[in-house]
Amino acid sequence: MNEQRSHIYGVMGEFETAEQLIHATEKTREAGYRHIDAYAPFPVEGLSEALGLKRSWVPYLTLLGGLGGGLTGFGFQYWVNVFAYPLNIAGRPLNSWPAFIPVTFELTILGASTFAVFGMLALNKLPQPHHPVFNVGRFSHASNDRFFLCIEARDPKFHLAESAKFLQGLQAQHVTEVQDD
Amino acid sequence: MSAGQPPLDSPQIRRLAPVIGPGHTYASVTDKISAIVLTRPTSLGWFAGFALAFSLLGVMTIAIGWLIIKGVGIWGINVPIGWGFAIVNFVWWIGIGHAGTLISAILFLLNQKWRTSINRFAEAMTLFAVACAGIFPLIHTGRPWMAFYMFPYPSTMGLWPQFRSPLIWDVFAVSTYGTVSALFWFVGLIPDLATLRDRAVGKPKQIIYGMLAMGWRGSARHWHRYQAAYLLLAGLATPLVLSVHTVVSFDFSVAIVPGWHTTIFPPYFVAGAIYSGFAMVLTIAIPLRKAYDLQDFITMRHLENMAKVMLATGLIVAYGYFFEFFMSEYSGNKFDVFLVNQRLHGPYAPFYYALILCNILTPQLLWFQKIRTNVAVLFLMSIVVNIGMWLERFVIVVISLTRDFMPSAWGRYQPTVWDWATFAGTLGLFTTLLFLFVRVLPAISIAEMRELVAHTSEENE
Repeated sequence: MNEQRSHIYGVMGEFETAEQLIHATEKTREAGYRHIDAYAPFPVEGLSEALGLKRSWVPYLTLLGGLGGGLTGFGFQYWVNVFAYPLNIAGRPLNSWPAFIPVTFELTILGASTFAVFGMLALNKLPQPHHPVFNVGRFSHASNDRFFLCIEARDPKFHLAESAKFLQGLQAQHVTEVQDD
Repeated sequence: MSAGQPPLDSPQIRRLAPVIGPGHTYASVTDKISAIVLTRPTSLGWFAGFALAFSLLGVMTIAIGWLIIKGVGIWGINVPIGWGFAIVNFVWWIGIGHAGTLISAILFLLNQKWRTSINRFAEAMTLFAVACAGIFPLIHTGRPWMAFYMFPYPSTMGLWPQFRSPLIWDVFAVSTYGTVSALFWFVGLIPDLATLRDRAVGKPKQIIYGMLAMGWRGSARHWHRYQAAYLLLAGLATPLVLSVHTVVSFDFSVAIVPGWHTTIFPPYFVAGAIYSGFAMVLTIAIPLRKAYDLQDFITMRHLENMAKVMLATGLIVAYGYFFEFFMSEYSGNKFDVFLVNQRLHGPYAPFYYALILCNILTPQLLWFQKIRTNVAVLFLMSIVVNIGMWLERFVIVVISLTRDFMPSAWGRYQPTVWDWATFAGTLGLFTTLLFLFVRVLPAISIAEMRELVAHTSEENE
């Protein structure tokens, strides 16, 4: 069994509908598997819950980016107008903060958006040009019309033959092993 | 009175015009949209259209090249009218972009399903419109190679930009808008790029789409974070889009020039932006759905809804025109009173009346369902509104600058052939980019269409 694990990423089953995938995911988790992942051609409602995914870190990163952008924006304008290049215009205050709001606002949005996008990509570990699941011939349907569930070999409960049988028991089609290379 | 059309009463049209044609499955949606990019031969019409657009782009290159050699003196701008076509076109283009963000962000937050098949190309339109808009202030500086002066950088002169000026706010607003629109568009594209990667035949295509898709594999964990990021981007883009045209309107309203110095400018500019943007979305959507047989995806329901948004924002704009006029008269400020009367009776009055005709009177036809569901009329009307919104910016810029406080400072403005060439050239840039876009990227979001298929099949069960 250990020998198998070294060159096998997991076993994968295919489903025709999103409902079947959710059902199978729930059953697989109930059976005690934890290192599993589902693949779908669009975001399936309820799949995150079925997999037991926790709230993602993306919103916190976005908040961080927004705060960083806003503080940088305001702080920079303050520094420019009060310290670096003070202009006395008829004795008006140097820190004319209402005039700094538009740029502060824009930089808040810019910081939050870039953190949301690049944070999401980083947490997803993308770009990642190759992944073992691409070794499965039919997996190209994952970006078209089929739904996949993969039980990964690093799961303590994983056993090639039994996990495959388990997936077949869930009405999965084309159950195949996923080569790790 | 078109014979042969079924009578369209309201409950029936809901059944007649769903957001997606009947009988579609995940695979059929994927096939149909990706085929435009991957398998369908490039049509003669595409080449003809592209050739025309590309020639116009050539005109732009010549016009800007000559401008860089000779300077802004080749334009019609003069001492009272320093802004001219460059600013008229800048405001027009940036306004057009706003509908793309409205569709992709605001309608997403409002859970409007009909946004799904039009958001991708509307976002592309936003990007291309921002690209066209960005050219104008750049070349209007006269020395575009010095444009980096507008950004804060530690210069040896120890100078910094004037952060109290709306013109600097504009630099930040437009560049943020361009960046966030590009990010939003790209995030939406990632799953579709993966689809194209998996379906492309031949190494070059597989490698290019594969690199762009970054190894997207549709993992549920990825979708989980993806959805969070997409929702947040929509939430961030919504105030952003409102802020951008507000800042653009500050370029005018912070100045004390009669006709510009009013508080109604920000909301009325934003409404005008969405108005012209939806007109442009229709101008693009109608030929697109015909050329690529996308009537199943961009249905009558979409066209009708867009027509309704145009009607609503058009009414807000009409309200803005009325109160601009009313408040000037009511204020008793003689410069303001004089200015609005100059719009009605001055040398540029024909433009003002044309603007009223295009922006207020013609769109009233959209109250009628027969008009809203007549594709040809709708197409013409979208062009009329585009022209009307361009005239609006012309009237705002030119009349105020030619008729300010002292008669000795009055002037006239006459665009030159180079002004027209530059404007036509940016139309060329815009259409060139659009033609390339529909050829190499999916013009409709495939992943979101699958989601729509999943939802509509649930409803039918």
